[in-house]
Amino acid sequence: MEFGPHLMLAMLEGLVQASVLTLTALGLSLVFGVMRVVNVAHGEFYMLGAVLAWWITSLLGGSALIEFTAALILAPLLVGLLAGLADWLILRRVDYDPERTIVATIGLLYIIQQVTLMTYGPDARPVAPPFNTRLALPWFEFGENGFALYWPWGLSTTSYKLFVILAAILTLIGVWLLMAKTKIGLILRATQLDSETAQAFGIPVERIYALVFGMGAALAALGAVLVVPIQQAHYLMGADPLLLSFIVVIIGGLGSLRGTVVAAILIGMSDGIISVFFTPTLAKMLATLLVAMVLVYRPQGLFGAKPA
Amino acid sequence: MAAVNLLSTRGLSRNFGGMKAVQNVDLDLQQGKIRALIGPNGAGKTTLVSMLCGRIPASSGTVTFLGQDVTDMPAHKRISMGMAYTFQITSIFDDLTVFENVALAVQHRLGRAAKQLKPEVLATLERVGLETRSDQVAGDLAYGHQRLLEIAMGLGQEPKLLILDEPTQGLSDGEIDEFIALIREVSANTTVLLIEHNISVVMALADAITVLNFGEIIAEGTPEEIHANPAVQAAYLGG
Repeated sequence: MEFGPHLMLAMLEGLVQASVLTLTALGLSLVFGVMRVVNVAHGEFYMLGAVLAWWITSLLGGSALIEFTAALILAPLLVGLLAGLADWLILRRVDYDPERTIVATIGLLYIIQQVTLMTYGPDARPVAPPFNTRLALPWFEFGENGFALYWPWGLSTTSYKLFVILAAILTLIGVWLLMAKTKIGLILRATQLDSETAQAFGIPVERIYALVFGMGAALAALGAVLVVPIQQAHYLMGADPLLLSFIVVIIGGLGSLRGTVVAAILIGMSDGIISVFFTPTLAKMLATLLVAMVLVYRPQGLFGAKPA
Repeated sequence: MAAVNLLSTRGLSRNFGGMKAVQNVDLDLQQGKIRALIGPNGAGKTTLVSMLCGRIPASSGTVTFLGQDVTDMPAHKRISMGMAYTFQITSIFDDLTVFENVALAVQHRLGRAAKQLKPEVLATLERVGLETRSDQVAGDLAYGHQRLLEIAMGLGQEPKLLILDEPTQGLSDGEIDEFIALIREVSANTTVLLIEHNISVVMALADAITVLNFGEIIAEGTPEEIHANPAVQAAYLGG
């Protein structure tokens, strides 16, 4: 394949990755921003979303579309409820102390991972995409007849991949509307800015924390449900998203939603493009190098507020 | 008819390590009155008020609000019962707009009646004269306006008891006059506890004054009585 079409293909793959990564990192960023909790178990909530999606689709009969729609709604909801419960039973008990919550979420990571291994097993299992039409994409050339479009062999994507990108954009708009325009969003922002003062205005901070922890996990699970028809569900699949989410959140600035989105697109795209042209390992190396540079030269992240 | 006590404390104490910040305070706030709490720096005024509203737990003693023992009740539940407090400049959200700040205070009272939120917020802003600044970011306001916003946030909760911690600090003389008029108007249906350094504000507003020194109540009475009290003069003059 020529360079132009090849690059376009790589960018499309990168965009799909970036979409899923945006949702996952947004969850991590939301939890850190509002609760100041570094959730090491975030990748396991992602994995649970994928495993539950497999479970729901294989239990339900019916067409792939109905099965998948059910998984898309139910899996994030169940994961969110589980995370809310974990917050109420564990994190609340350690008073959201920064060091102890890290240890607590490491514990949570192993519990979720091992319970999944004992019940779901070590296999990677696929979920059928609800629709998967192959769409050939055109490229252009300047030949003897001037500007012309043609369809190079191998340059194509699927309707499902475009749906993943669209679903991520819609979810982002939804989260933004929730934060900027609604009463609960106002309460969340106030809690993020100053939880003690928020309490002075009758905001039940503990319940808000449970809600936020649940929402963060549900966003990760949503990303996983979207990716599972492309990648398959496996009990160890949470490690990469966790690492990449942390990279995104550090580069974007902890707690900054705008920074998270920009950094997720940057990292997701470059990961996709570098993986296609070189190797996935080089992509991870460059991303980690970028994190190191950000930590040295701009520790608050590209969009993070300067520490007071 | 005996005055009804909105809030009472009995033997309320708080130690920080070995230091007794507040000792054995018996305080009764009568419904509908303005009570001022005064005392030299470090007398324990803020610690006492923090225990009243549940920001810090009491070491011993009880707090009764509306006839109910609230000593172990978390702050947000006391607020649901009708207690509101503003803590110096810390209780506004610098990054939110004036409107959003007041909306936070009002939303709790309205519960699910979300449609009422906007008119209620604007009405509250009008009471303190900030209605034209509702879209400004709170952190950009002049200092005096931030204090007014803070009071608006207290009023927005329509509390039964409004606790104001040094509300006139940093205000100009003209702003202080407006503040006094505002609090007089508020006190028609709200009990006010005022922690204040500015003695002329205290004398103009308070129905009764409680004087705290080294964590203990050393005097209590009408402004005239306190003015004439030798123990108070000694505490302030260091005699």
